[in-house]
Amino acid sequence: MTKKTLDPLVGPMGVNNPITRQVLGICSALAVTVKMDTALVMSGALIFVLVGSNVMVSLLRNLIPPRARIIVMLVIIATLVIFIDQLLKAFLYDISKQLSVFVGLIITNCIVLGRAEAFALKNGVGASALDGLGNGVGYGIILVLVAFFRELFGSGTFLGIQVVPLGLYAQHGGWYMNNGLMLLAPGAFFVLGLLVWLQRTISGYTED
Amino acid sequence: MPNSNRYTYMFVALMALVSALLLSLVKTGLHERQEFNRELDMKKNIMMAAGAYREGMSGQEVADAFKRGFAIKRLSGAGRENVPAYYVYGEEPAPEAVILPVDGKGLWSTIKGFIALESDLNTVRGIAFYEHAETPGLGGEIDKEYFTRRFQGKKIFREGQLVSVTIAKGEMLEESDYGVDGISGASLTTAGINRFLRADLERFTPLLQGRAQQQEQR
Repeated sequence: MTKKTLDPLVGPMGVNNPITRQVLGICSALAVTVKMDTALVMSGALIFVLVGSNVMVSLLRNLIPPRARIIVMLVIIATLVIFIDQLLKAFLYDISKQLSVFVGLIITNCIVLGRAEAFALKNGVGASALDGLGNGVGYGIILVLVAFFRELFGSGTFLGIQVVPLGLYAQHGGWYMNNGLMLLAPGAFFVLGLLVWLQRTISGYTED
Repeated sequence: MPNSNRYTYMFVALMALVSALLLSLVKTGLHERQEFNRELDMKKNIMMAAGAYREGMSGQEVADAFKRGFAIKRLSGAGRENVPAYYVYGEEPAPEAVILPVDGKGLWSTIKGFIALESDLNTVRGIAFYEHAETPGLGGEIDKEYFTRRFQGKKIFREGQLVSVTIAKGEMLEESDYGVDGISGASLTTAGINRFLRADLERFTPLLQGRAQQQEQR
């Protein structure tokens, strides 16, 4: 494969990241990143929906009546989202309870409809699948990064395992305290803002 | 042709049909597993209310511990057919805790939960909410441990009269046996809880007071 065919895959993971560059999908990025496990499952669900909807829309792109295309795309997306939501309720009940409405809200995630409209409607199945995967993973990377810092500083754990030595905590005679702000939505804003800053410093992108 | 109204309607209708068919297949196929999970989660929350749940228990352990320690009971007598089942933790006739189901309307959704009472049938041992669709981060906080912990040790009867436990709007002005601090941003959710908690405790008052008298006589 040449560099060009891989563009839809690699671009959104780095310089063209849907969250840090386009600032889409922020709502769920703030809501489900208190802990790593929810962020990972949420990323998995979004990758599934994004690849699935891109492939389906691309397959049907010559059949979809142009005037009803948004409705058709939403039906495809909603079907995939309900499917993954039901799957989580059957196999990962506890995590699905923690994710509460946010899996269902993937339907309204701007990244999914955005990629369907902007890419899958005009490109072949292979390229659309890669584009979905790239954007999904790009979203996932940011989610997991934010969750990593929030869980580490907010709870002192990594995937539920205690990493900050217990002896350091104030109640065990140390000086350390978890940062409660990290568990609240503002904590996510700070981490996300720093990531956007970092990424734009590296890529040199400015908003004009 | 793809631009005609007829084609558009047909296409959308066909999409909707296919999608509905697929989803009903999925739902039917997974229903049993989901019900199993829901039931297990309910048992877990009964145990949490009763203080019998330890962090990190597996599904199997929860099911076993529930089977060993808890018994399902029903009120008998006329007019009480619609009162739901309640649970007893520990050996009769002097159980460690009695767990009553409470449910009702919050702000957006039906909230379901359990309240556990100590053997004196007056002191709250714990409370747990396990099913709701309140706003995450606001009303949704009711299922968090930091909130439910506030109910422990509160009382529901004053001199034989049911007063229930009331969640304050914001913080309590003074310490009370019958009230707990609220959650800011969750006033409507907690107002709903106050209403149905009292109503549901009232349904069980004959049971609680009858039992309490029996205990005094013994």
